[in-house]
Amino acid sequence: MARIVGIDLGTTNSLVAYMDKGTPRVIAGRHERAMVPSVVALTDNGLIVGDPAKEHLTRNPERTVYSVKRFMGKGLADVQNELAYFPYTLTEKGGVIRIKLGEKTYSPPQISAMILKELKLRAEAFLGESITKAVITVPAYFNDSQRQATKDAGMIAGLEVLRIINEPTAASLAYGLQEKTQGTIAVYDLGGGTFDISILKLKNGIFEVLATNGDTHLGGDDFDQLIADIFVTDIRQQYGLDLKAFPDHMQGIRLEAERAKIRLSDELKTTVNLELPDGKGLFTRELTREQLESLCNALVERTLGPCRLALKDAGLTAADIDEVVLVGGSTRMPLVRQRVQALFGTQPHCELNPDEVVALGAAVQADILSGGTTDMLLLDVTPLSLGIETMGGVMSSLIRRNTTIPASAKEMFTTYVDGQTGVDIHILQGERELAKDNRSLARFRLKVPPLPAGVPRIEVTFLIDANGILNVMAKDMRTGETQSIEVKPSYGLSDQEVERMIEDSFKFAADDVSARKLIEARLDAGALIITTEKSLTDGGQLISADEVTAIRQVLSVLAAAKDGNDPRTIRARMADLEQAAKSLTVAMLDDSLKRGLQGKKVSEVT
Amino acid sequence: MDGHTHHHTSDRRELQMARSMCWHCQSEVSGEYFCDRCVKVQPVSKELDYFTCFGFPRRLSIDQQKLETKFYELSRAFHPDFYQNKSDAEQTISLGNSAMLNTAYRTLRDPIQRAEYLLDLEAGSVKDIRTTPPADLFEEILELQDTLDEFRASDRTSDAAAALRSQLQSERTALEGRQRDMETQLQQLFGRWDGLQDRGEATDQARAERDRILKDMRDILSNRTYVKNIVNDLVATIA
Ligand SMILES: Nc1ncnc2c1ncn2[C@@H]1O[C@H](COP(=O)(O)OP(=O)(O)O)[C@@H](O)[C@H]1O
Ligand SMILES: [Mg+2]
Repeated sequence: MARIVGIDLGTTNSLVAYMDKGTPRVIAGRHERAMVPSVVALTDNGLIVGDPAKEHLTRNPERTVYSVKRFMGKGLADVQNELAYFPYTLTEKGGVIRIKLGEKTYSPPQISAMILKELKLRAEAFLGESITKAVITVPAYFNDSQRQATKDAGMIAGLEVLRIINEPTAASLAYGLQEKTQGTIAVYDLGGGTFDISILKLKNGIFEVLATNGDTHLGGDDFDQLIADIFVTDIRQQYGLDLKAFPDHMQGIRLEAERAKIRLSDELKTTVNLELPDGKGLFTRELTREQLESLCNALVERTLGPCRLALKDAGLTAADIDEVVLVGGSTRMPLVRQRVQALFGTQPHCELNPDEVVALGAAVQADILSGGTTDMLLLDVTPLSLGIETMGGVMSSLIRRNTTIPASAKEMFTTYVDGQTGVDIHILQGERELAKDNRSLARFRLKVPPLPAGVPRIEVTFLIDANGILNVMAKDMRTGETQSIEVKPSYGLSDQEVERMIEDSFKFAADDVSARKLIEARLDAGALIITTEKSLTDGGQLISADEVTAIRQVLSVLAAAKDGNDPRTIRARMADLEQAAKSLTVAMLDDSLKRGLQGKKVSEVT
Repeated sequence: MDGHTHHHTSDRRELQMARSMCWHCQSEVSGEYFCDRCVKVQPVSKELDYFTCFGFPRRLSIDQQKLETKFYELSRAFHPDFYQNKSDAEQTISLGNSAMLNTAYRTLRDPIQRAEYLLDLEAGSVKDIRTTPPADLFEEILELQDTLDEFRASDRTSDAAAALRSQLQSERTALEGRQRDMETQLQQLFGRWDGLQDRGEATDQARAERDRILKDMRDILSNRTYVKNIVNDLVATIA
């Protein structure tokens, strides 16, 4: 069976991992970085992803998409409150958010697919084989539409998504493998955009999720926003300057706020410097950990409610939890650790890198699916109750939240009017009484043979599969005939649209490849320029002044080529520079050899 | 556990299984969930009850530990994770069997759901859904409904509301006590049921006793559900 990789498609960062002889490993890209920032930018040379795209956040904010995961499976109305914070333009079509980049609009699954493709390429380059199958993780509290959108993203990226698994449970797999833990554990996952809590029982290789809860709109991004807001207020007061009118500066502030927050995880106070627009100079401000904590306290508190609900649903109290595992970058905040420790009364675990543990777990699940790991089995639950709308707009629950998946429920339908030929069914997800307060998943029309009222008997099976995704089947109990059901998702792409996006993504693949070549050439050229400059500083005195001038000349030609658009030219100029700098390299090598010999006896040399 | 009746249950299961043919190689399936000949997974028969599925006799007291062990064992046999490389037909069966297994486990794990399920199997009836209060609680519940309405209409910050709230609190304690009493009664009935089954007598007297237990169980179960819903409503209102 072809290899299956594990992918953590995060709000902030994404990673790919694989199983290497029983040990999951993340795949690092250039510069040994395993994390790919979940950022996509439209540049003059096409779309770029990851670290190079991140640089465009401040240079090119209207055309640089970050935190796209927040929009997966959503309509515009769902994100109305935060629209002001995003510098790029959002619209909606067919109940699905679209993001405007230049002339074109993209659905969130398409943007996510670009990140997935980057990871796919990275895995292919590293493993030296083509990768077409993956396990992708999602927040445990993701609803059906959000899971479906993630699956669509995989398809658009040319990946068969064999399983969608929940991030906290993936983390528990990685821990379980490493620690051979038994007992009841709580996994607390606070990332950039989402929060999840899962309570699991680990016993003899079975990972049984007892309950899960969370908030798909709570994470480090929100902390950054609070910090950025106080900077903006300060700047308005001190300089009478409204930064909201400068999207590039707003992005700069957001990034600086994040950096300050991260520093304050290790330090008690830090200084923030921000270049102001219109030549207004430099804004400087001190921020203490205490200030940060009082700012973020309410948000951290908000994670505790879901923890208590999950415990209650699991039929447990905090004292029953043997171990707590921390996942996600935001759990590095001392305040978060304190609160979690206080709630569960136990020192949380963080032996595994919280940035990588989810991807590692996805790789373990991938190995289970390919038949490599056979002693471990994950039994997960559905996070939200599933039901249908009944008379009077009330939701009738069919599958309760925290039911182990796969889960199914059957419901019999009949008619109220003679000769009626259809019954409209509205599927919902959520915990509220009224249909309108829950998430609308889909609608469909059940076909019924025209008969006297009450005579038809159509049995509808609602099945939530191991991905947490709903499948609907209907059977006419009188004839035994099954009927295929076309479900129209309320907040999702239609099959045809996904199909078209897959085609598009192939069409643009050629463009993507050349864009990628350019980016790589530029990165490599940048690295070569830096090392050559360093050699000139360290060893310039070893060669003649003319030689130094010659090298500098070739170096500036390369620097110019690097700003151009042709990867081949860049590569050629790089070769020129390597050639020109040869005398320097040789001189430095000789020198270090010579110095290595000094102080040694002649007998040792020969 | 009584050897005789247990034997009886497994006979039953063999009978059900023997009737089915392997969907794949058409040979008779005598193995539990897998064809003896081609080793393909078999769909769990719709007629198979949850007790039989777990290899348990129809008793109302269950060894939770054994139940869990069996659940894990069957999960390892059926879960879709282990069918990724198999045919579509096998994947569909694995999905259906897993979903059934999860429902079965959820039902048997909880004593109340287990009893309701057994009642359904034995008396072939659906759950009684009560719409009026049980006779011995009639007055009390009508009064409670009034207090609830009054509280809902009140200004929550007023003294009157505070008084109503504390009245509702004590009502809640009383009803929860009532619920516990009913659960104790149920436990006794569960014991009587299991004893009767263990003795396995086929006398008229035993049959009459059986029917009486089932009827009492049904009444108490539906009263308990009614009270439980009232308590939930009450808790939600004063929260
Ligand atoms: N040392 C740190 N202290 C505080 N927050 C951090 C630290 N390191 C990372 N973060 C925050 O963690 C978040 C990213 O976490 P990650 O788990 O990668 O997110 P996601 O799973 O959403 O992609 C960001 O908001 C980042 O600012
Ligand atoms: Mg994450």
